[in-house]
Formats: sequence, C-alpha cells, structure tokens
Amino acid sequence: MAARTNSEELKIELWRRYHFSASHRLHTAHLSEEENRLVFGKCNNPFGHGHNYVLEVSVSGPVDPATGMIANLADLDGFVEKAVLKVFDHKSLNEDVAAFQEKVPTTENLCIDIYERLKNFSHAKLERVRIEETRNNSFEYAGEEFARVPVATAAKKEQR
Amino acid sequence: MVLITRRIEFSASHVYHNPQLSAEENRRIFGKCNNPHGHGHNYTLEVTVAGEPDPVTGMVLDLKELKGILEREVMQRMDHRHLNHEVPELAGQIPTCENIARVIWNLLEPKIKQGALHHVRLYESPDLFADCFRNGSAGSRGSI
Repeated sequence: MAARTNSEELKIELWRRYHFSASHRLHTAHLSEEENRLVFGKCNNPFGHGHNYVLEVSVSGPVDPATGMIANLADLDGFVEKAVLKVFDHKSLNEDVAAFQEKVPTTENLCIDIYERLKNFSHAKLERVRIEETRNNSFEYAGEEFARVPVATAAKKEQR
Repeated sequence: MVLITRRIEFSASHVYHNPQLSAEENRRIFGKCNNPHGHGHNYTLEVTVAGEPDPVTGMVLDLKELKGILEREVMQRMDHRHLNHEVPELAGQIPTCENIARVIWNLLEPKIKQGALHHVRLYESPDLFADCFRNGSAGSRGSI
C-alpha cells in the first residue's frame, strides 16, 4: 500500500481551453449532390454555417520544481495562437485551410488536424485535443495510439 | 467499474514567487502571477472515485462520506486561505494548478476506503485546469 501514495507514480496533465469561430460546409466530391444532402443534412447547405468552437489542449511532463509548472502558459498560449488560432479563427475551414479542401471539415477531422499542428510543442508532451463544436457535441483525439488506450488499460487493471 | 464524481468549489489566494530566482526572473517567468500582494481564484475541484457498486446499497462510495472527506481535507485547509502561507502541504512549492492537484490527490487517496481515487481535476478558471491520476490508468478519460 505504501507505494500507492508515492507521488512519483502520479501523472499530471495541464489543460488549457481556447476559443475560435469558423464556418464550414460538410460536403465531399466522392458523393453525388443527392447523397451529400442525404448524409450531411443541413450541414451540407451550400453557403455553409459556423460554430463557436472550444478547443481544449492537454500537455504532460515533469513539473519543474522551480516554477511548479509542466509548461509555462505563455509558451503554450503563444504556440497554440500561432499554430491553430491564427489559422482557424474567423475563417472558412473549407476555403481558408488547405487541409480541408480535400478532407471534409468534420470536427473529427479538425481534431486530428489540430493534434498534428500541436504535437511538436517543445516544452511538454501533447497528450490530447478535445473540441466542442457546440455545447452538446464534443470530439477528442490523442494521436494514433489513442485507440489502443482502452485495451491496454483493461489489461493493466486485470493484473492488479 | 463505475466512476462517481463530486464537485466542490473553494476560493483562495496565492502568489507565484521563487525566492531562489531574482526579482526580474520571477517577473519574467510568472508575469502578473508574481504580483507580491497576491491574487485569488474561485477554484473548482472534481474528485472521481472508481469502484463496483455495493450490492446492498447500490453505491460505490456514499457521496455523503465523500462530501465529509472533501470538507475536512480540502475545504478546511484551503477555502478562504492564502495557499502560500496557510497550507503546509504546499510549503516550498509554487501553488500552480499542477502542484495543488497533486497535493489534493495525496491528501484524499489514503482517506478513500471504499472504491479507489481515480482522478482529481482542479480548475483554477474555466480555461485552465489540471488532472492528476495514477500513471498508467486511463486518467481523466475514465474506463473508456
């Protein structure tokens, strides 16, 4: 039991929440007009529509004893501002972001795209990206290993 | 396994200052959090306990009991306090979200006798928070 209170075994993730507003239209050239309407419904409206997106980013790493921090917020904020917010805020995802001229700008794809933009943050390890498209819809991605997490966790628990 | 979560709120003041650094370095690293007179936040703490529901009571842990533990271990220690000066567990540490979350984990874990502490999430504001959990668990993502 003593080992269970050893704080070296603890992991800490620091989360920061950001906001951006953007428009999009869900439409793919791989489907007919009719099929697009069927699959995407009102999200296929040719003039697009928009959301106030909420982006949550988490990072992990050792807490620096001198600062009490995993990463200095000024560094994280600056990186996210440049890598993501400047690119997406008050933009049309379809028209203004090269990646979404091919890919459908669903929030699933947006999560993956933003994860890729942030994964090279040098001051801490990017853990996950979570996006609220609206208060009622949220999406999360933690890299290619994400899908394996539940399996690995279940196995670990059984060993205990 | 079922996860149960209780949320509490407390208000406290703090200042970020490392006496081993120069005044200028403190200002550069900590910015406005280095204001010597301190400042405060309304913290929100979410505490999640994991376990199997008891077959008789249907509960992982009686939330009344968890409420009592949080009152004794967190509220009485931290609510309306200055975290630098009045919380011995934080002495010598910068009272960041990361450090406070870890201190709270260490206070709570031994007190939870039914089920097991699964994770602690501490919000300093709606836009800044930290999760603390045992390395190798699914952490804040629960058992998904």
